[in-house]
Amino acid sequence: MGFWDKFFKKEQKSANNAKDRLKLVLQSDRTGLPPEVMEKIKNDIIEVISKYVEIDKEALDINISNEPSEEGTLSPTLFANIPIKEVKRNKEK
Amino acid sequence: MGEVIVVTSGKGGVGKTTTTANVGTGLAKLDKKVVLIDTDIGLRNLDVVMGLENRIVYNLVDVIEGNCRIKQALIKDKRYPNLYLLPSAQTRDKTAVTPEEMKLLCDQLKGEFDYIIIDCPAGIEQGFENAVAGADRALVVTTPEVSAVRDADRIIGLLEAHEMKKTDLIVNRLRMDMVASGNMMSSDDVVEILAIDLIGIVPDDEGIIVATNNGEPLVGDSSKAGQAYMNICKRIIGEEIPFLDLNIKKGFFKKLFGKK
Repeated sequence: MGFWDKFFKKEQKSANNAKDRLKLVLQSDRTGLPPEVMEKIKNDIIEVISKYVEIDKEALDINISNEPSEEGTLSPTLFANIPIKEVKRNKEK
Repeated sequence: MGEVIVVTSGKGGVGKTTTTANVGTGLAKLDKKVVLIDTDIGLRNLDVVMGLENRIVYNLVDVIEGNCRIKQALIKDKRYPNLYLLPSAQTRDKTAVTPEEMKLLCDQLKGEFDYIIIDCPAGIEQGFENAVAGADRALVVTTPEVSAVRDADRIIGLLEAHEMKKTDLIVNRLRMDMVASGNMMSSDDVVEILAIDLIGIVPDDEGIIVATNNGEPLVGDSSKAGQAYMNICKRIIGEEIPFLDLNIKKGFFKKLFGKK
């Protein structure tokens, strides 16, 4: 690490690392879905959506979190963030 | 009518028994009538932390099985006449007591005491079920480490499933020097992850080890940990107490040139 880097570079501190890892592991603990299953769901979503539109597979993000339902209790909800690159118009013909 | 508070954590070794001893003693210092119940059957420890190990005649299982009356099994504390301990049995296991029996016992003690503090064993099996069965509220103890926080999250989920009326978090053994250097999660980090109310932050303190060696809880003394425990007790009885300022003040030059 150079002299100036010491002043300007922000290294990833272990506390942040702990926090990030915990958030991920608790997501699967809370929903009961292991990361492999989440990965399968993600790949299936990519497959289905790709039939109709071209999507940014790298930027696709899915997660499950507990959201308040209409009754006020927490229920697990799946969120998918799927950036679309281009709509495949000629496919419909 | 007394309140039953269970002290739990999931993971072992994060300070459940120390917290039970200090919160119980602190509440007694605040002139409340308190009984501590050790529900860790087979791994009895609250008696030695309280310094009452030589006075045990009967235990929790004796009371449950009707070998003695409740009053006979309660050990009066050395320092506070309004503080009692119901010790666990050392030669039995968790199956000697059922959740229904614990609930009945708690209900009986509620008439006699202001606070019934239950020291829960580690784990999520029957010992946990027994400890939470009669509880009105829970104190979840964690340290700022990934394993302890993960287990605390699991326990919080189980307490929700038990429809616990109130669950509060104690972040124990915080080291402000490590938080300042970015190598330990802060209490804010832990609260953000677990998303429950914070009732206390206890700094890591050598005094705790000395106090345990002597069998005398340090709550209420001048140490940071002693103050932190007393503040938890005051919050339990409903006082609004600001959190201690544990931040380490670093000078300008130390910030620039200090080694990590």
